[in-house]
Amino acid sequence: MRRAGLALAAAALAAGVALAQERAIPPGELKSGSAFLGTDLRALQNDDFANPGMLWVESGEKIWREPAGKKSIACAGCHKDRSMRGVAANYPKIEKASGKLVNLEGRINLCRTERMGAEPLRYESEELLALTAYLARQSLGVPIATRIDGAARVHFEAGRASYHLRRGQMNLSCAHCHDAQWGKRLLSEIISQGHPNAYPAYRMEWQTMGSLERRLRACLSGIRAEMLPYGAQESLDLELFLAWRAQGLPIETPGVRR
Amino acid sequence: MAARIQIPREARRGDVIEVRILIQHPMETGYRHDDVGHLIKRNVIKVLSCRYNGVEVFRADLSSGISANPYVQFYTVAEASGNLEFTWIDDEGERGAERQPIVVKG
Repeated sequence: MRRAGLALAAAALAAGVALAQERAIPPGELKSGSAFLGTDLRALQNDDFANPGMLWVESGEKIWREPAGKKSIACAGCHKDRSMRGVAANYPKIEKASGKLVNLEGRINLCRTERMGAEPLRYESEELLALTAYLARQSLGVPIATRIDGAARVHFEAGRASYHLRRGQMNLSCAHCHDAQWGKRLLSEIISQGHPNAYPAYRMEWQTMGSLERRLRACLSGIRAEMLPYGAQESLDLELFLAWRAQGLPIETPGVRR
Repeated sequence: MAARIQIPREARRGDVIEVRILIQHPMETGYRHDDVGHLIKRNVIKVLSCRYNGVEVFRADLSSGISANPYVQFYTVAEASGNLEFTWIDDEGERGAERQPIVVKG
């Protein structure tokens, strides 16, 4: 009897693991965060001129062409006029040289320190937000296509574990809201599916532009959990898992969010 | 302080044209506190003005009730080719200026 119970529990656990490996939200039901906005904010995001995030995209383009660092070379100095379209859709990604997982911000800073001889840009600095937004904007409409095979696999698994980890005083995991309750109301807000395809995004609450990591920290603070430091490995892993979850959703940076 | 201006590149004399401007500015209300509890000094754009070939066609006194990165839209009549020149000044005395040319036909 007891053994049967154990076997049953083991079977249930295995089924749970198998379920967890599938997508909680099937590709046909994927909805970008903009689908959960009011019509006014959606219109603002789609207005190429009035979208306040475009201010950062514009200054990002300037920084892209400005020489910097000891080698006095600009981003455009190496990348020339080669199109960066589609590039942002592949991040976070394993960096070949180091074998480490980097997001777009990390890649920009690697370029700065290794190729330009410049100081890395601080997370959430205007310059880093601008460059990231400028790069991601060039992939407007390109579906997210992050890879989770090879060396990325272990980070993907860690990201999935992090996504499903209960944390904070509210003892909630990301999945409790964004997989199980999306579309429902949380006070005045509609819970989104939690996709990263519009970041960096302009958030009304911030009254400025912010990175995906800042948004993750906002969620963590909301469930009264300890916030992840900027650039933490766990953040990167989580970003990779989120990108996989959103695979196929077109990039819409700079998004406008509540 | 970056800004974006949008007006039609060309218009016919007498046309009513839409003018849009978006300015990058924190519009600090003076009511917020920083991480260590100190009040952040108020700093908003006080005056935004637009001159069309030297003649003032629009002026707004903004206040702390206006969101960060203010967006302003108004209409004016296309009279002659030239420039629409925006100037603004904030509480800290920092001035910004941006201009956009327009070609008026007929």
